[in-house]
Amino acid sequence: MFNWLHPYAKTERAYALCNTLLPYFFVTAVVGLLVGFIWGLAFAPSDYQQGDSFRIIYIHVPSAILSMSTYVAMAIAGFVGLVWQWKTAYMSMIAIAPVGAILTFISLFTGAAWGKPMWGTWWIWDARLTAQLILFFLYLGVLALYGAFSDKTQAGKSAAIMALVGVINIPIIHYSVEWWNTLHQGATITKFGKPSIAPSMLWPLLISIAGMVGLIGTLVMMNLKNQILRRELHRPWVIALLQKTENR
Amino acid sequence: MKSVNPLTSIIKRDLVLAYRQKSELLQPLLFFVMVITLFPLGIGPGPETLQKVGPGVIWVAAILSALLGMDKLFRDDFNDGSLEQLQLAHVSLSWAMFAKVFVHWCGSFLPLLLISPLLALFLNLTPAMYWALIQTLALGTPLLSLIGAIAVALTVGLQRGGVLLSLLLIPVFIPLLIFATSAVDSAAMGLNYAPQLAIIGAMLCFAVAITPFAISYAIRVSHH
Repeated sequence: MFNWLHPYAKTERAYALCNTLLPYFFVTAVVGLLVGFIWGLAFAPSDYQQGDSFRIIYIHVPSAILSMSTYVAMAIAGFVGLVWQWKTAYMSMIAIAPVGAILTFISLFTGAAWGKPMWGTWWIWDARLTAQLILFFLYLGVLALYGAFSDKTQAGKSAAIMALVGVINIPIIHYSVEWWNTLHQGATITKFGKPSIAPSMLWPLLISIAGMVGLIGTLVMMNLKNQILRRELHRPWVIALLQKTENR
Repeated sequence: MKSVNPLTSIIKRDLVLAYRQKSELLQPLLFFVMVITLFPLGIGPGPETLQKVGPGVIWVAAILSALLGMDKLFRDDFNDGSLEQLQLAHVSLSWAMFAKVFVHWCGSFLPLLLISPLLALFLNLTPAMYWALIQTLALGTPLLSLIGAIAVALTVGLQRGGVLLSLLLIPVFIPLLIFATSAVDSAAMGLNYAPQLAIIGAMLCFAVAITPFAISYAIRVSHH
């Protein structure tokens, strides 16, 4: 079933794949973020209640939504690594982890900055905020565990197990809004049916999300390329590659 | 020749070992009591305040003392090679790990359950709260042991795994803490706290089913 995927277990093929995908992600990131942010920050109508400060959703919502999906992606990469014993899977997992951690931090930071004018407080022990904070800790835990081992295969396996344990947290994050009905507003665009946001505000948001996906993809690809080069430094293809770059 | 069930012998061996190292059994327990003693001193001895923070304090102290004692779970067996022997033994490693975690729970959390009436007095808990607390502890502490054992098994090969262990485990324990303390709070208000207990019970069932495999896999990774 996974025959088409198997060649990418080889680092050389994975590196080539990164190179192929990188421009697409990069273009998506530049176009999406520029269009989404400029449209959202400058041209979208201001909210009738929240005024202009609602505009932070164009950064807050993409990072918050994607921080969770990024964790799931990291855990899937770890799972693939554990099942098929691919070191490229571990490399992708650990290439995703710092990007996801930063995203989670951005969502917490922008959330705090938004919470101050709207709720009158920087931080509140609301379920969603807490869950997001736990997610941040989980990312740091995976990174810390990976860094603690000098043998990187063992590090990859251990971090993958820990990432899978942390995945239990994802449904808790998701359902926490319904479990503890608190200060945080309910989902605006993820619910099925008609979104409770005006189309003139929704479109720039969706474009920002797409741009953020592109940005994550770009960063992960660059990070993964770095991981591969560092780990395979003594392989002939890396040496040839390095010589080619030097001669240029 | 009489055949010996390997699981029984693992349990017996670990129980004997735990019993002979009494100070190691007592230290986390003392730590637990002392942390709880700090709170009335730190936030004032008002009975109502204590009653309000009591369940949370007991649970936080239980988690901290669990983290403190957890480090020892596989350490000695890893260093003297018993864990490698177990991997070769004629018993599934998952079952063996389950037995070890069970004995560890008996050694570290059962005394904590037994001493909790005293702490309920310290923190001025009502009988209803105490009853809820002991139920959450009985259901929740095996969960601490089982999930904790995964991270212990992963970090056992590291020189300084202690702080890393806490970093890995505290976030994972937070949901349990939330449900456990909310159960006791409901009991304090005279509400039904069966839902919270049911959720903790569900998490425990899930952990019993899954974690032995994860622990044994982690042990194999550590013996890489």
